[in-house]
Amino acid sequence: MNTPAKHKLIAGATGDWEVVIGLEIHAQVTSKSKLFSGASTEFGGEPNTHVSLVDAAMPGMLPVINEECVKQAIRTGLALKAKINHRSVFDRKNYFYPDLPQGYQISQFKHPIVGEGEVLVDLSPTEQIKVGIERLHLEQDAGKSLHDLSANDSHVDLNRSGVALMEIVSKPDMRSADEAKAYVSKLRTILRYAGTCDGNMEQGSLRADVNVSVRKPGDPFGTRCEIKNVNSIRFIGQAIDVEARRQIGILEDGGKIDQETRLYDPTKGETRSMRSKEEAHDYRYFPDPDLLPLEFDQPYVDALAEGLPELPDEKKARFIAQYGLTPYDAGVLVLERAFGDYFEDAAKGRDSKLVANWVINELFGRLNKEGKDIETSPVSAAQIGGIVDLISANTISGKIAKDLFEIVWSEGGDPAEIVEKRGMKQVTDTGAIEAAVDEIIAKNPDKVEQAKAKPTMLGWFVGQVMKATGGKANPQAVNELLKSKLGI
Amino acid sequence: MTDLTRLTLAQARDGLKAKEFTSVELTQAHVDAVARAKSLNAYIVETPEKALDMAKASDAKLAKGEGGALEGLPLGIKDLYCTEGVQTTAASHILEGFIPQYESTVTSNLWRDGAVMLGKLNLDEFAMGSSNETSYFGPVVSPWRRKNSDAKIVPGGSSGGSSAAVAAHLCLGATATDTGGSIRQPAAFTGTVGIKPTYGRCSRWGIVAFASSLDQAGPIARTVRDAAIMLRSMAGHDVKDTTSVDAPVPDYEQAIGASVKGKVIGIPREYRLDGMSPEIAALWDQGVAWLKAAGAEIREISLPHTKHALPAYYIVAPAEASSNLARYDGIRYGLRKTGKDIVDLYEKTRAEGFGKEVRRRIMIGTYVLSAGYYDAYYLRAQKIRTLIKRDFDLAYESGVDAILTPATPSPAFAQGEKGSADPVEMYLNDVFTVTVNMAGLPGLVVPAGLSSDGLPLGLQLIGRPFEEETLFSLGEAIEQAAPKIVLPEPWWG
Repeated sequence: MNTPAKHKLIAGATGDWEVVIGLEIHAQVTSKSKLFSGASTEFGGEPNTHVSLVDAAMPGMLPVINEECVKQAIRTGLALKAKINHRSVFDRKNYFYPDLPQGYQISQFKHPIVGEGEVLVDLSPTEQIKVGIERLHLEQDAGKSLHDLSANDSHVDLNRSGVALMEIVSKPDMRSADEAKAYVSKLRTILRYAGTCDGNMEQGSLRADVNVSVRKPGDPFGTRCEIKNVNSIRFIGQAIDVEARRQIGILEDGGKIDQETRLYDPTKGETRSMRSKEEAHDYRYFPDPDLLPLEFDQPYVDALAEGLPELPDEKKARFIAQYGLTPYDAGVLVLERAFGDYFEDAAKGRDSKLVANWVINELFGRLNKEGKDIETSPVSAAQIGGIVDLISANTISGKIAKDLFEIVWSEGGDPAEIVEKRGMKQVTDTGAIEAAVDEIIAKNPDKVEQAKAKPTMLGWFVGQVMKATGGKANPQAVNELLKSKLGI
Repeated sequence: MTDLTRLTLAQARDGLKAKEFTSVELTQAHVDAVARAKSLNAYIVETPEKALDMAKASDAKLAKGEGGALEGLPLGIKDLYCTEGVQTTAASHILEGFIPQYESTVTSNLWRDGAVMLGKLNLDEFAMGSSNETSYFGPVVSPWRRKNSDAKIVPGGSSGGSSAAVAAHLCLGATATDTGGSIRQPAAFTGTVGIKPTYGRCSRWGIVAFASSLDQAGPIARTVRDAAIMLRSMAGHDVKDTTSVDAPVPDYEQAIGASVKGKVIGIPREYRLDGMSPEIAALWDQGVAWLKAAGAEIREISLPHTKHALPAYYIVAPAEASSNLARYDGIRYGLRKTGKDIVDLYEKTRAEGFGKEVRRRIMIGTYVLSAGYYDAYYLRAQKIRTLIKRDFDLAYESGVDAILTPATPSPAFAQGEKGSADPVEMYLNDVFTVTVNMAGLPGLVVPAGLSSDGLPLGLQLIGRPFEEETLFSLGEAIEQAAPKIVLPEPWWG
């Protein structure tokens, strides 16, 4: 599907190697209650406070599907342009672990709710790849084992036990750590748009199992290793690079790769074997007899499709067409739904390119620096719009506008009023500018002489005039006046 | 006053309504009978105080002319049903001391209708067994004895505590459960009536699971009418069990006495097993004659996949059980044996907590679900299950209303007599009953006579899905025609 690009290959001692990456993303479904119980999904509760009898697997308890989680999975499937399966089946994945109270995880094995789909991933403003989606299925999260509360005992927190996860399995379509990182970012954006997963990686709402193999370009796939539970985009990139290097090293030394499950250790910057293929669990999947097959019809899917918001790819295309934005600017503005909303509020009836410029460079730059997000931005869309209005009307210069932005950021207020009150208006009155120009020329005869020989001296005069007018002189008018008076 | 424990549930209900006696009197009579009958080992836990409190509350309602369909009637509860505040063990060491904070839906329904709880009835551990010999709390002894013998006879299983308690008048009726015959075989062994309703008729919520796709709750009682009265209270849709069916619950008692004239009764030729005891064959023929006399039309039918039912059942049921019983791991409740690490803890806890038969079935179930064996065993068994169901569908489509078969291949046996050398010998007890669970159909067992050595024998009626009423009508017709089976004088105290 994607032909190997030279710059993505890894140079080894025996030539170039290509990395092949597939990802299994576990995305926590945004829902009030768990997949099969009424317990809350809220993050950060006291241990074992969000646990129902079902979550604790008390004798005789039965799972009941939470319809909202089903809807969320369908919405996600639609957002991934994927096939929605009108009939899917919940299976039991059997294994013993203290944070798995039932002794099995309810998952979907043979018949997932969502089939094949596709994600468009932007690598740069000009480079896009398609990453295939193999499937998406619903499953329960496990609880959490805590080993550090006392010396001899382990403890279990079941708050997460039974929370709904979507496992989104990609095809092995990625060929570099950057591609994998970009894919996860894009997937995260799509999930957040659809409102089906908050994408919060720090809280574990999005975790990745990363499948990595290497091969000589054109060769069949190599043996893969699965790196479990990587919980940040940065670590995903690091883990892939480290693992690819490890595999290349082994192969170039004449060894072979053992299919196994590994863990990435970010502090040591290495992956470590967790269990080999031989030690792999036999999960003894079988259809969960407590649950009927999950069935719905096309009108049910259609109703959900209707309720979906405009998705990032569509929005980007529209921003380019409707507002004449560059693909780069449009791409930045659709990264979050709130970005686009903010931009469109601010751009209404204004020079949209200028608005985009201000939103991306000034506002986002500042938000980033201060670690704030758009929802808590001190500068509203209306205020940014007001600033842009003043620039467009030549009321203030671009430089003054930056000062104005500072004032609005830290003090708030209506930009036009601020400009008015504080006398920040640009001086376009040629008389006033001419007076200043004449004064500077009169005071600096030596510089005038120099300028005649060296026209780049003009800049110095502009600076002096701007200084004298408190920066409010229209720079264009200053330029023209100076040129004519100096005769250059 | 006559001995109140001799009444049927319907008679007791009518007597309470007519104020001939109080629920406290009725309950006290049963509490005393239970206390005297320890040698039967039918109850794991007795709850006399609770029973009398409930009886008092019922009397208050009855005095005001109020009360539900079971108001003031003392019942026994199979210890597979979780009961709030009362130990629930599934007759397993691994759950010894477990006290649920919740009440199963079926027992909630019973209490809603005014029933009184006498205690928790013994059973085969996790309902796995056909003789009630696998209980951690010891075997249940049937009140029945062979002629001229005091050998301890088994009450059947897994609902052996229920069948023994009902037969010995230690309750007016009992809840039971049936995964492969666990209501019907014990009923047949003790001369009582048991019905496994259609899968989905009763909620499974709060009943300790054995094999989820086969488990169904149902009553054991002394008459068909009593079973009908109990089932009406037990049944119903439950949003907490998505396999329960949202269909109205008829007043089953109305079906008692309804004419069976013109009903078409199928006689499946495949149930006439090679080497069937002449006694059982004769009983079956007798049943056919009774129904014919009552106006039913008899038709020979074929259920060709019958012979595969038992092996398929012993794949499906253990497979589900191996997964259902994984939660008993010593971590959150029940028995825990500490170990040097978590695997050691699991192994010690489960080795000590589960009895031999339960361990055997977990092993079988784990094996048949394993990679490389799943297709050969579990998948194939599920296909057979579909074929078995289709056999029944075809019979019903051809106009058959119900099917008559023997309930068991033999009368009850003595403790230790079967299955000690070969567990399959014990599994063969379910040969006539498992098909019904595999197809999710209702099945009723009624007493029909005595064996040559004086033990009860039963006949089974299998119905169309959710047509339990037809079974009650037909069952009562047999009940009326069959000789009255009289329990020997109480020898157990």
